[in-house]
Amino acid sequence: MAQITLIEAVTQALAYEMARDESVVVLGEDVGVNGGVFRATQGLQEKFGELRVLDTPLDETTIAGVTVGMAAMGMKPIAEAQFEGFIYPMMEQIACHAARMRNRTRGRITVPAVFRAPWGGGIRAPEHHSEANEHLFTNIPGLRVVMPSSPARAYGLLLAAIRDPDPVMFFEPKRIYRQYKEEVPDDGEALPLDVCFVLRDGTDVTLVTWGAQVKEALEAADELAQQGISAEVIDVATLTPLDFDTIAESVQKTGRCVIVHEAPKTAGFGAEIAARVAEECLYDLLAPVERVTGFDTHIPLFRLEMKYLPSVERVVDAAKRTLAVS
Amino acid sequence: MTIAAKFEIEYLQYLDAEGKQVRDDLPEFAKDLGHMVELYKLMLSTRVFDAKSIALQRTGKLGTYASCLGHEAAHVGIGSAMRPEDVYAPSYREYGAQLYRGVQPREVYMYWGGDERGNDYQKEPARHDFAWSVPIATQCLHAAGAALAFKIRKEPRVAVCTIGDGGSSKGDFYGAINIAGAQNLPLVAVIVNNQWAISVPRKIQTGAPTLAQKGIAAGLFSIQVDGNDIIAVRKAMEDALERARSGNGGSVIEAVTYRLGDHTTADDARRYRGEQEVKDGWEREPMKRLRNWLVGKGVWDDEKEEAWKAECDEWMDNEVNAYLETKTQPVTAMFDYIFAEVPADLAKQRDYVLSLETKGH
Repeated sequence: MAQITLIEAVTQALAYEMARDESVVVLGEDVGVNGGVFRATQGLQEKFGELRVLDTPLDETTIAGVTVGMAAMGMKPIAEAQFEGFIYPMMEQIACHAARMRNRTRGRITVPAVFRAPWGGGIRAPEHHSEANEHLFTNIPGLRVVMPSSPARAYGLLLAAIRDPDPVMFFEPKRIYRQYKEEVPDDGEALPLDVCFVLRDGTDVTLVTWGAQVKEALEAADELAQQGISAEVIDVATLTPLDFDTIAESVQKTGRCVIVHEAPKTAGFGAEIAARVAEECLYDLLAPVERVTGFDTHIPLFRLEMKYLPSVERVVDAAKRTLAVS
Repeated sequence: MTIAAKFEIEYLQYLDAEGKQVRDDLPEFAKDLGHMVELYKLMLSTRVFDAKSIALQRTGKLGTYASCLGHEAAHVGIGSAMRPEDVYAPSYREYGAQLYRGVQPREVYMYWGGDERGNDYQKEPARHDFAWSVPIATQCLHAAGAALAFKIRKEPRVAVCTIGDGGSSKGDFYGAINIAGAQNLPLVAVIVNNQWAISVPRKIQTGAPTLAQKGIAAGLFSIQVDGNDIIAVRKAMEDALERARSGNGGSVIEAVTYRLGDHTTADDARRYRGEQEVKDGWEREPMKRLRNWLVGKGVWDDEKEEAWKAECDEWMDNEVNAYLETKTQPVTAMFDYIFAEVPADLAKQRDYVLSLETKGH
């Protein structure tokens, strides 16, 4: 069985579902002949034709609005925003229509669409190509916000997103697009949405994260283990609707919680998790909740961007601070 | 001098403001006087419906309402030209088109009366149409997406959207006609130019002499019609639908009309436009000219007018009663349509709200 990268897992999931369900179409800028600027749609147009792998005019609003219209007519469009920093023109169509169509028509019209976007920093990209803004979407009712953190989870979660009857924001951490390979059977098996994945069991501290930062969290857990500290690592995977029960169960066990994310700190999605921990697990806590995040600045251009992104050291430090309390 | 491209915009009118026929080449549908009477009757019922809606709002039985007074020819012309299998994406005041396609007055009342069920059109073909779209021009892209779906599935259907003169300034409108041109989509975009976007007049929306010519930029067939002349609107629609259905491309139709009422019941147009302009608008309004023409043909008279108005009143009273008798949705309804199934996390909030209800909060 072939070992594949995260980006290849995305392509594999798209190809599987397009072959299985002819209502699935892919649209975006450069997704056709060019196969996408990251090659996520490589080879799909040859296989499925120009109409099912459609190069659109260069207008994100058009991509999003047309996606809503196609989905309302019973198709399953998968729209690509070339970078998450370019997703802002799509937001009116996503917030005012995709996310609320079912509700405002009492279920008469639905939008079973996926909005994919390469997400986050760390690839030495130009300005506006490194944004992490998932929190702008987690506050919109009617949307699922999903972020994979490995090739296997990219494959399984993307299949689930396409099959889901409601709109899904699918943010792909581009820093780990080609970071490593793993075996991902092309068996069409979806992973469940709306659940967190416990990637590593531990007893002393819970590290809660998603997307590219799962890598730093796991490395931090390794380092903590060498220092005799047992860290549990949770990949949130579906940010909304949130599976808080899994997080609560872990925090009740460890009594310590460190939330790691790349987006700015203030009103980032970590704030929601911290608030929920305070509401539901306060008396289980042995130390204040820690957040290791991007800063409340724009992500710097690439000479400084690695100073902005949460590092393994910052995660380890935060975990040790929680242990220093009691 | 070398000319890179040249274009012109045709203006189409069959009936002038007094109902005098200005062209001899009547389209086929207009030669069927029985059908023309039917169109007139729907225009009249639309006007009766609109007056009833405003009365409901003024007596506190409806929230803010967007009137369609003066748009009857444009709207009925659009709705009556479409086939049932086509799809309509309106903005929020095209009741004449929607009543033709099966939207019930009680649904309009429910929507403006604060109940989402108003968007759940019960009757076909409206049931497969889009719901009202409040964010300006966004529905144009939904129609373009529907048209793209029809093209991919090789269905001989057309998607129709309507926007106002103000809406034609938005990128969503341009995006829709642009992709329709690029992909040869079966899209008909109708700009119902009623001269006013709330308080902003047509002349400061754009420097373009016509709104129709915006379609030229997208490579679409483009025409301007007298939007108060239902024969002109209907003819331009029929031609555009036929072109789109046979794979010969989309169209932009600018229907020039006048907003005789306020923008909505929350607006007071006296703040920004003069009385004379509105008086002139009434001189050109769409009902009078069609009535004169039909009376001249001997197929309509005062007696028929009064009889039909009475029927409309009865219909609307029945619809109003159905609306007023509609019970408010259970409070849990705000949770039940967010996703196909209520997620566990949201169910907790739903349970909480339900517990408040049982406590009598």
